Amino acid sequence: MSEEKADRSQLIADSPAKRAWRRFRRNRPALLSTWFLAGLLAIIVAWPLTLKIAHGSSWAKAHAPEQLSDAQFQPPSPQHWFGTDEHGRDVLSRVLYGAQISLLVGFVGALVSLVIGVLWGAIAGSVGGRVDDILMRIVDVLYSLPSIIFVIVLLTTLGEKLKQIPAVKHSPTLGKEVRLLILFVGLGAISWLTMARIVRGQVLSLRSRPFVDASRALGASPLRILARHIIPNVFSVVIVYLTLTVPSIVLYESFLSFLGLGIQPPMASWGTLISEGVEQINAIRIYWWLIVCPGAVLVSTLLALNFLGDGLRDAWDVKGN
Amino acid sequence: MYFLRRLAYMIPLLLVISAATFALVHLAPGGPFDKEHAPASPQIKHNLEAKYHLDEPIWKQYLRYIGNLAHGDFGPSLKYRDHSVTDIVRQGLPVSMLLGCLAFGFAMGVGLPLGFITAVRRGRWQDHVGSFLALLAVCIPGFVIAPLLILAFTIKWQLLPVALWESPANAILPPIALGLYFSGKVARLFREGMLNTMQMEFITAARAKGLGENLLLFRHAVRLAVLPVVSYAGPMLADLLTGSFVIETIFQIPGLGVFFINSALNKDYTMTVGLALLYATLLIVLNLAVDFAYMLLDPRVKYE
Amino acid sequence: MRHDPPADVTIINYSEPQSLDPAIVTAQPDMRTVAGMFEGLTRPDPQTGRAIPGLAERWEISPDGRIYTFHLRTNLVWSTGEPIRADDVVYSLIRTLAPATASDYAGQLYCVKNAQAFNGGKTNAEAVGVAARDPFTVRIELNHPTVFFLDVCAMPLASVVPKQTIEKFGDGWVTAAHPLPVSGAYDLGAWRVNDKVRLKKNPRYWDAANTQSDIIDLLPIVSASSALNLFLRGQVDIVWDKELVPNELLDVLLKRPDFHTYSYLGTYFLRFNVTRKPFDDPRVRKALALAIDKRRIVNRVTRGGEQPAASFVPADTANYTSPEGLGYNPQLARQLLAEAGFPGGKNFPRMEYMFNAAAGGGRIHEEIAIELQQMWRDNLGVDIELRQLEMQVYLTEQGQLHYDLSRSSWIGDYNDANTFLSLFVTGDGNNRTGWSNARYDELIRKANEITDVQAREKLFQEAETILVHDELPIIPIFFYEGINYFDTNKIAGVYNNVVDLHPLNAIRKIHSPTSNTKDRATASLTPPATRHPQP
Repeated sequence: MSEEKADRSQLIADSPAKRAWRRFRRNRPALLSTWFLAGLLAIIVAWPLTLKIAHGSSWAKAHAPEQLSDAQFQPPSPQHWFGTDEHGRDVLSRVLYGAQISLLVGFVGALVSLVIGVLWGAIAGSVGGRVDDILMRIVDVLYSLPSIIFVIVLLTTLGEKLKQIPAVKHSPTLGKEVRLLILFVGLGAISWLTMARIVRGQVLSLRSRPFVDASRALGASPLRILARHIIPNVFSVVIVYLTLTVPSIVLYESFLSFLGLGIQPPMASWGTLISEGVEQINAIRIYWWLIVCPGAVLVSTLLALNFLGDGLRDAWDVKGN
Repeated sequence: MYFLRRLAYMIPLLLVISAATFALVHLAPGGPFDKEHAPASPQIKHNLEAKYHLDEPIWKQYLRYIGNLAHGDFGPSLKYRDHSVTDIVRQGLPVSMLLGCLAFGFAMGVGLPLGFITAVRRGRWQDHVGSFLALLAVCIPGFVIAPLLILAFTIKWQLLPVALWESPANAILPPIALGLYFSGKVARLFREGMLNTMQMEFITAARAKGLGENLLLFRHAVRLAVLPVVSYAGPMLADLLTGSFVIETIFQIPGLGVFFINSALNKDYTMTVGLALLYATLLIVLNLAVDFAYMLLDPRVKYE
Repeated sequence: MRHDPPADVTIINYSEPQSLDPAIVTAQPDMRTVAGMFEGLTRPDPQTGRAIPGLAERWEISPDGRIYTFHLRTNLVWSTGEPIRADDVVYSLIRTLAPATASDYAGQLYCVKNAQAFNGGKTNAEAVGVAARDPFTVRIELNHPTVFFLDVCAMPLASVVPKQTIEKFGDGWVTAAHPLPVSGAYDLGAWRVNDKVRLKKNPRYWDAANTQSDIIDLLPIVSASSALNLFLRGQVDIVWDKELVPNELLDVLLKRPDFHTYSYLGTYFLRFNVTRKPFDDPRVRKALALAIDKRRIVNRVTRGGEQPAASFVPADTANYTSPEGLGYNPQLARQLLAEAGFPGGKNFPRMEYMFNAAAGGGRIHEEIAIELQQMWRDNLGVDIELRQLEMQVYLTEQGQLHYDLSRSSWIGDYNDANTFLSLFVTGDGNNRTGWSNARYDELIRKANEITDVQAREKLFQEAETILVHDELPIIPIFFYEGINYFDTNKIAGVYNNVVDLHPLNAIRKIHSPTSNTKDRATASLTPPATRHPQP
């Protein structure tokens, strides 16, 4: 009760953002998660640089993710914290490089879903009427499709079509990145549905607010209203759901890569690493580190992202699921 | 009346879904009849494609498909040519349903109590530990937990059979692996629902009236608190019942899940569209059931 | 959950059969299953795999080697009781060749007069050189004497299928007919897709007295690790398929007495798309071939004791020794590459090595690809990218020549060099490289017109020299080593032969010595199982 009183007294002075930040700071798991994620990102970025700087040394050689060696299937040891795999490659290094891919796909995919979802929902909510009806019906239809079928078809079709473009065919870098691009688009394309619904809901409730009415009375065009009033207010909801979409896309990418449909060799993501580990489950030799190490990193990252998202949601006091 | 209208909407919705899926799978590269050991003459493949009308324009093939559908004929599987789509579904669906129901039972049986405890003991250690566990369950994918369970319980300590679906002992690990994620989700949703209802005005009013704490919780709060879970149960059941590809593959369970993925990969057009329709139908029916349950549980909800 | 009574023998057979219609099956798992249900004029011997009398008890071959006269047994009946006569044999062969059946294996029968024309729709069934002379005699006329014709007769595509049933039910007759008439040792007890195929002994089979097991279950499991785990826990008896080999564990597994290795006719190789630059230049192809250390691949990746291959036809092929191919010579490789215009790999265009994702998640193709990539990079300075595709897309791309380099394998259909070398004849559906060489075509054609063993060998050797030494539209990597696993104290009747054929009716579980008169009665006909491969 007393805390609330203290908050109330600063009500006039504090912006909503400051209040949210204070609430967030009190959420210990969310704070820890932010540190964890920041640390992870730092390591992921620093690792390739470190390898480059130490290039040529035996340490760097042993830890280059592509480097095949004769030390196959070593359990975790001081030289190889996460052990080695079938080709003698250092698993820690592969996990860190794989993190780049997994997180990149997660964030960009979430951004793609954000762009599509926000536009879709905002248009549906602000234009209303028949357009709203049609747009939301399409969302309903898409919701009823088993997404995996859609994803498989999308990935294979897009993959082949994109490869035919001459620019892609003859550029070595673009060619490698095609797969990534397809995943960005494909995964984003299946994740925007909830975002669209939520944004539409927000827009609808905002439209009937007094300040929007006032704006309209003053003669502002619908586009202007959209841009200046609605979208900024939708922002908080969007950010929260963005943070929660990232882990779900990272998970989905891992799932697809586990099936062999996502990241293709020689690139690796957490999903492909875990998939390699699963193939090694047998009663003869238990190479547990091949699953446990990438799996633990994946789970920790997802946990951290979820805590962060939960924390943001609590801080901004956003309701609804 | 409302529900009848929703049911009526189902037909055009399914038609649209069938058209969308049909178009999508035909767009993808690769065809069902390419083999490693190809026929000596390419003419043979053409004959095969002609036999299944794959050489006709897509709209014509689609009309033919819909025509057959009207007679309840979902067509032959293009990959397993001795079987019809209906055959395969009839064989695999009961298995996936059994697995799905067991997983559902696990998810509810673990998730509801966990959600309840974390809500009722909010802020205390039970909440911290329980919420963490629930979130952890959501973050461990099936393809990580399943192999670990196998490693532990069938290889390291040989307590259970390693795969297949022959005896009740086979039905212990797969539902746990499949249901774990959902148990976490259910726990989190139920906790949120409970927290929301416990704050509501009519609860404070009831409390003021002096009703016993426990009775209060059980009768009023839970009925409303379970709404988000009920709402989620629809899509959750649809996913569970159509089989989880990962779990069924890892445990070698002869369910339908494998076909969802493999039919799209094999370019088995009829199978893919058939399964998409099955999934969509299940989802729509389950969502209707969920809305119905909503109506029963929350007296404020009225459909017109 | 189904509670079937337990089977006598449970076998993990790799993938789910796409069909059990003998005329259209092409995959090994399908063929293994179907061979237990339908039989042809000849059948494979369980120990050697060579053709021995099946539905036909004897035959005569005309002096010029072109006319085969088969005499059917007089006591043949379908599992449903109707008699099997020469008409049924003719019907079955014609059906396999009929354009409407769209059989992928029909080409094996092209040695029969007018068969190819009929299959191409250019003539009608009556013109085909297959006829029933009387109810128990079938006369087959070939274009040329063909040494392996009897082996072709033992293949499922030539087995006898029930005319009445097929005419009544059309496609899908295998599952539509209850009961299903079969001509072979086993009836179809149950077929649940993705679950199991259960075969039940057919008591009306002419050799039913020697059918060793009553119920055999075939499980469609594609994951090598699952198969291994199920075997180690005793849930299955036999695991047999080249894709079910857990390569990483072979150094431990091969020491066990229940793991058996044997060489069989199969080659793992790479295909070039010779219509794309720079692979139209044989020097570039040879350079890439010479830069591969095949021994390293079989030692580090496959580990089953496979033989590195310099030629395409496997070493154990009957009556044939391959000519010399190209070995491992990085220096020569660099030289050739420089001659072709890419010294040190400079300016080498961006090329992709295509391979398929294996069904069970096994990574063997990926592992080999990674090693190859490293070798080309280290030895030639050439950076070839890897491209993994799912199976159906991979097959289509290969068929349409939308690739640069691709992995491939080929398993021999019978024990003769022709089953390998005929692939690369111009325009053959299994060529898939765009390569065409008139001299090669001529040599293969000539070799198939004669029966003199030495003369044939010479012609084939000349052809293979063009293939693996001069032109190299393909790079052979290694010859498959068959590995199957079963406990020889519990299972008998599985003999490992070079054509990898294991007739189901010879397989039995070994019961304790005091039981089963059946064991003693057949003991004289089925020699004790041995651990080591039979020649």
